[in-house]
Amino acid sequence: MRRDAAFAVSAFLALLALRAATDDAGLHDIAVKSAIFAIFALSLNLLVGALGLVSFGHAAFFASGAYVFGLFMQSEAVGPDSAWAIPAALALAVSSSALLAAVVGALCIRARAIYFSFLTLAFQMLLYSAILAAVPVTGGDQGLMGGFPKPSFLGVNLGDPAHMYVACAALVSLCGLALRQISESPFGYALRMIRDNPERAAALGVPVGLHRWLAFVLAGAFASVAGVLQALLDVGAFPEWAFWAKSAEPLFMILLGGSNLFLGPAAGAIVFETLNAEVTAHTRYYGLVLGGVVLVFALGLRRGLLDWAWLFVERRRDART
Amino acid sequence: MDLPALADCFGASSCVVFQVVGGLKIGMLLFLVAAGLTLIFGVLGVINFAHGSLYMIGAYLAHTALQATGSFALAVLAAAVGTAAVGALFERGVIARVYGSDALLQLLVCYAFILILDDLVIVIWGEEFLSSLGAPEAFRTRPLPVAGAVVPPFHLFLIGASAAVAAGLWLIMARTRFGKLARATAENRRMVSALGIDTAAVMTGVFALGSLLAGLGGALAASERSLSSGMGFSVVIESFIVTVIGGMGSISGAFVAALLIGMARSFGAVGFPLFTDGLMFLLMALVLLARPQGLFGDPEG
Repeated sequence: MRRDAAFAVSAFLALLALRAATDDAGLHDIAVKSAIFAIFALSLNLLVGALGLVSFGHAAFFASGAYVFGLFMQSEAVGPDSAWAIPAALALAVSSSALLAAVVGALCIRARAIYFSFLTLAFQMLLYSAILAAVPVTGGDQGLMGGFPKPSFLGVNLGDPAHMYVACAALVSLCGLALRQISESPFGYALRMIRDNPERAAALGVPVGLHRWLAFVLAGAFASVAGVLQALLDVGAFPEWAFWAKSAEPLFMILLGGSNLFLGPAAGAIVFETLNAEVTAHTRYYGLVLGGVVLVFALGLRRGLLDWAWLFVERRRDART
Repeated sequence: MDLPALADCFGASSCVVFQVVGGLKIGMLLFLVAAGLTLIFGVLGVINFAHGSLYMIGAYLAHTALQATGSFALAVLAAAVGTAAVGALFERGVIARVYGSDALLQLLVCYAFILILDDLVIVIWGEEFLSSLGAPEAFRTRPLPVAGAVVPPFHLFLIGASAAVAAGLWLIMARTRFGKLARATAENRRMVSALGIDTAAVMTGVFALGSLLAGLGGALAASERSLSSGMGFSVVIESFIVTVIGGMGSISGAFVAALLIGMARSFGAVGFPLFTDGLMFLLMALVLLARPQGLFGDPEG
């Protein structure tokens, strides 16, 4: 716990140092996006890595967080001086996304393997269709337009890019720390036991279904934090965030970074966002390059970067002893 | 939501005929693509997420072949054969290396293939939408009057051609040596291999056949829809819905489910135009919740 907390604090400080060290706005942008996606991918890995459940509908909670946040901030109750508005909207977004995850999870969690993937996909696309159809509320395919105020609270003004940067750095460190605690808790160990052998876990008295469901709800809640940050960044919310392709991105990051080490998905998010920025700056054929990179990872390394590096380190250690 | 419009439609035979023919056409074309998907899953155990890209390749190949030859039949044939070749290469080069790996890895190589093909299409055919091929000369005739509605003969041709392909596929799988080998490989690959059969070739053959169906679906659909990079996205999702509703690996299940989805789309467009996609996903969710293995799926599988 103490080591993890120290790590989270140093990650936060490192992000601040990066901001102080360079004026390169592109780099700041990559850092903010990586932070948002690190939260998203780490939350998904609670299902993929710990439970072995490949959710294909994780973006539903990213989108629900973003939309609830945006809708609340646009509502009559929020004015330019409502200092409590952003924390309240965040709390509302996270709790309603957790509620959504509780319902979707209760329905999906019994399905196994690929059927779980399809069922989560179906619910995500239902949400997507609902967002497109509910034009008066969500703006349909145009998204949540018109912006919203970003009133300061406790001196934090998220309209200022520097403040926004610090907020993203703080939240990614906090969420990372929280997810790490979950994954290292007895609950986290129970999840991995369920992944490896659900019958044995059940025989040892682990409530398998309840644990799976709880992990689903937690993952959804954390994903909504990423959605809220994205909504703050873009001052709106867009239906593409509920589209299935949005769920493929964190899966891709998990593959890129590795699912076995806790920080793998975060590393994947950084690599993905850097690649994204570099490739789009140099070529129009983004898909060709990205696809090639994925093929190299999938067929060459057959595992994520950190998993591969860890294997390398372990082999070296074994060779020495 | 426009339920009165839907009620009105059911009250008028012309509207019912029109929507039923439309639904049959959508459903049968969807069946071609979904049958390939379910065939590949049934025999190889791989979820070919890149199936929509093969559909796209089929459409573009048909476009080029039609411009080169001027013959619709030749264009469709070239598209089917060309797509089968692309599929076989993809299986040999990429998919064969991830058999038996976890689903996430299989999914990601398919995702890579989608990204690459979408960009290749832009490189080769350009970024602009290409217009649809249009019906061949022979079908540019007066629509047939049926029960107060008019039915374009080309739609009947599309439905009939797809039905013929469905029958052909059934014959191949049920009657030919290749079909028997494919089904045996699905059952127990090592056993078949031990009997001296080159199962790797059978598997490539199955993937090529599945790709051929996708290409055929794309080529036929291209007669009515415009072409663009990324056009496979929505198709692969619809094919998944069909596959899941019908039961993964079940071709007859895919047939029933494709017609169901075709009708849902056709009549949904009248009753709730903004929620037709939602309706499909709702159907899929309901089937998965009530009967996870799908309507025709094997409960053990």
